[in-house]
Amino acid sequence: MVEMAKYDPRDKFPPVDAGSGKSVYNLHSGKYMKVWQGPQHPGITGNMSLELTVCGDEIIDCKTHVGYLHRGFEKLMERRRYIQCFPLVCRICVPEPDFNEYLFAEGVEELAGIEVPEKARWYRALTLEMARLASFMMWIGGQAAAFGMGTIGQWTVTMRDYVLDLFEELSGGRIYHMYIIPGGVRADLPIGFALRVEQTLEQIGKVLDDVELALMHNAVFKKRALGLGVITPSMVDEYGITGPNARGSGIRRDIRKDNPYLVYDQLEFSIVTETGGDAYARTWVRLRETRQSIDLIRQMLEKMPTSGPFFQKLPNVLHWKIPAGQTYRKAECTRGEYGFFMVSDGTELPRRIYVRGPSYTHAVTLMEKLAVNVNIADTAGLMVSLHTYPPEIER
Amino acid sequence: MSLKDIIAPFSVWKRVFEKPYTNKKPIDTRPGAPRYRGFHVNDLDTCIGCGTCEEICQNAAIDMVPVRETRHGDSGLRPKMDYGRCCWCALCVDICPSGSLGMSNEYLWVDEDPEVFRFIPGQDGKPWNDSELGYRRAEGYDLLEGSRVPMPMLSVQESQKSFVEMVQGYSKEQAKAEADRCIACGICVATCPAHMRVPEYIKAIRDDDMGEGLKIVYQANPLPASCGRVCSHACEYVCAMKHKGEAISIRWLKRYIVDQIYLGDYANILHECEPDNGKKVAIIGSGPGGLSAAYYLRLLGYAVTIYDANEKAGGMLRYGIPEYRLPYDQVEKDIEFIASLGVEFRQNVRIGIDVDFLEVYDNNDAVFFSTGLSNPFGLDIAGEDLPGVVSGLDLLADVTNGKTPDIGSSVVVVGGGNVAMDAARTSRRYGADVTILYRRRETDMPADSEEIHEARGEGCEIVVQAIPLRIEKGTETRLMLYWGKAEMVSDGPGKRPRPVLIEGSEEVIACDTVIPAIGQAADLTFLPQDIASGLVGKRGYVEVDEFHRTPVAKIYAGGDIANPKRDAISAIANGHSAAKGIDIYLGNFQN
Repeated sequence: MVEMAKYDPRDKFPPVDAGSGKSVYNLHSGKYMKVWQGPQHPGITGNMSLELTVCGDEIIDCKTHVGYLHRGFEKLMERRRYIQCFPLVCRICVPEPDFNEYLFAEGVEELAGIEVPEKARWYRALTLEMARLASFMMWIGGQAAAFGMGTIGQWTVTMRDYVLDLFEELSGGRIYHMYIIPGGVRADLPIGFALRVEQTLEQIGKVLDDVELALMHNAVFKKRALGLGVITPSMVDEYGITGPNARGSGIRRDIRKDNPYLVYDQLEFSIVTETGGDAYARTWVRLRETRQSIDLIRQMLEKMPTSGPFFQKLPNVLHWKIPAGQTYRKAECTRGEYGFFMVSDGTELPRRIYVRGPSYTHAVTLMEKLAVNVNIADTAGLMVSLHTYPPEIER
Repeated sequence: MSLKDIIAPFSVWKRVFEKPYTNKKPIDTRPGAPRYRGFHVNDLDTCIGCGTCEEICQNAAIDMVPVRETRHGDSGLRPKMDYGRCCWCALCVDICPSGSLGMSNEYLWVDEDPEVFRFIPGQDGKPWNDSELGYRRAEGYDLLEGSRVPMPMLSVQESQKSFVEMVQGYSKEQAKAEADRCIACGICVATCPAHMRVPEYIKAIRDDDMGEGLKIVYQANPLPASCGRVCSHACEYVCAMKHKGEAISIRWLKRYIVDQIYLGDYANILHECEPDNGKKVAIIGSGPGGLSAAYYLRLLGYAVTIYDANEKAGGMLRYGIPEYRLPYDQVEKDIEFIASLGVEFRQNVRIGIDVDFLEVYDNNDAVFFSTGLSNPFGLDIAGEDLPGVVSGLDLLADVTNGKTPDIGSSVVVVGGGNVAMDAARTSRRYGADVTILYRRRETDMPADSEEIHEARGEGCEIVVQAIPLRIEKGTETRLMLYWGKAEMVSDGPGKRPRPVLIEGSEEVIACDTVIPAIGQAADLTFLPQDIASGLVGKRGYVEVDEFHRTPVAKIYAGGDIANPKRDAISAIANGHSAAKGIDIYLGNFQN
């Protein structure tokens, strides 16, 4: 009896170059195929593309393509007065616009030497945490749907809509809130707002219980997410990985704790970490951070001052000259470190505003590394597990 | 992988029994939140068409289009929104100085014609036009500053006994802070009789570029040191920022620019004159109108001679306005620069007496006269010719000429205009108790409200609805002024109510001096009869066209004799347009 050799498809894989870690292959050999995933693909979290080289149905090479969403915000802002940049910045990241508003406002305030009232600092923190909550809810939907569990996505996206209702009530806009403005915020909390926030939080809490049951304790999800896209702790600094992607690999790094901004030093919370480093661990981090957001919002509503101004008067914004200087402000958004580097040359227009979106490192360089040896069917799940929003790649 | 991982997902089957989140058909539309940023609403009557919404809109979604008639303080333009461009940021609502612009909470509107999404809120009938809900600028949040930087002033205790200038002028920081409030809408430019480019010189203050500021100011006004102090500032009555609180101190910002530059430096900053063109123009009267015409004609290369009856040039600026409002050195600063350009001043020359008008007329290529209103109206009551009755203008001129007026210790000023206030406050500075009698109500007083306020602050008593009846010799004091109370009688809607004497309400004031200051008339006796009769038109004004040309060839006129506004800035504007007119008439005009 002839012993059958154990079949391993990887035997047919092309050799890997030891230096670059990339596969060495000849596309014309007929053994490999190019698959274009995106930009019109639900598994690509927005407008970008993956150029996949596959051997069978496994990826041996991945190249990322961006440029489908380039609106030139950074350049536009160099031709806008500071106040006119305010409605622009939120559009840099659609599902979580408030971080742009906050960092832009903080940068302008720091350069111009403006002190924001205490109440505005609480309102800003509340807005940011609500934005994190909404962003996580949307992400859970994406992550579940990428593995074929669209129903879970429907629950959480609905919950996100309830948060958007709150934003609509607070700021007058559902998606682009344009609430945090240099000098403070644009309006006080509506009467009874805290009560309605609490009602929504309770509802979300219940949904999260169900999400845990249906997603985290789900054989299908575990089977596919465990071991998918493993980020080792040594990769974190090499690739500039931040946020839940780093925390899923056991790195205790959270700007809210490490460099507390706004009122985070007055709130009780701890950094959420997991050690797996894979898509499953990252999902756990995000789910627990969603609950943490709920808790933080509750703490804020309890502790925030009830009286005092929420806006510090600015010089005339129509010809506001910001003193020359530069600053980098950062904050912890759902995807990691969000940063604004701003340079003023003392005129009415910003000289340069550079936006550091965490998605750039995660979706471009990290994805190219992690996609190798992944099954085509899991690419969407892997992509979503990195939680990237392409608009912030292309500012 | 445990058994739980197989079973747990099924536990969420219970959600099957939950109500769906989505709306059932027919869809019950939910109204937008009370702060929702939906389609705009605009109160067209409150809107002043300043265009600040258009200015701040970074999408260029707003166009200002003509909707109403243009009038003072209202450009007549109204914002037209293009919802293909609008990003609903509502900065336009936040910045709107009149507060007319808002947003409704309407967010559902479907139409197959994209053109309908460009419309003028408030003008085009939309169901949400009267919407109370929707985004409005919140209380406690404001992008503009409504309050003026306070002007340092002499205290009342000091000012009522001295002729030192009361308004002390802004410091650099104060001027910059005040200049920063300007939204550069330009409604002031349209309103200013001389159309001074106000937002531009205010910008020069923000940029700390006084030379540039002076250049801009001199393009429309060659008497800025004087105007920066005593201009009737029509601009400030229409300033868009007035809708938010106080108008920008346009007048004092102009003064700030001029105060920063020495007269000696003017020549380095301002344009040089064109080379002499060999033509001669005579100007009669060295008031603001004459000086303005002289300056702009001289710039164009004309040989200009000014004839004036007084000892010094300046007209009413010097002889009619007291020193505490307009110090003489400031009038001189303006005049000296004009003189330095080569304008010839012939003071103490009365046309018609010292020099014949026809001689001037024949020896020059054109004549401009702005001789002003120098004949005070009488009260037309008995006892007017008694010693101790002196007209307001005469009193003010005497003070300028260095004479101490003989007013005694109590003075009654009759009238409610600026001359009356000047005479009253001047008398107060000579230690007299002053009472101001005015026929109508205080709101009807033609004097600037701040003049009235300051007069009262300095201790002048103001009695309104008071009609002087007769003046008699007094026993303890020099005079007794009898006056009666008036009631305001309406002459029908739209007409100014007129004061009517209440019979038997006679009262008396014992005083040493009565100063009538109820207006003045032109004195055109210096003109030959045939020319004068050809000049004077309706209501006693000299008839002029847009270039201030009179019906008589070669003769131009401006200032109080030719325009009903009767203020310095109008006279300056008249002089400027007459200069252009003369230039065109003499064929020298180049585009």
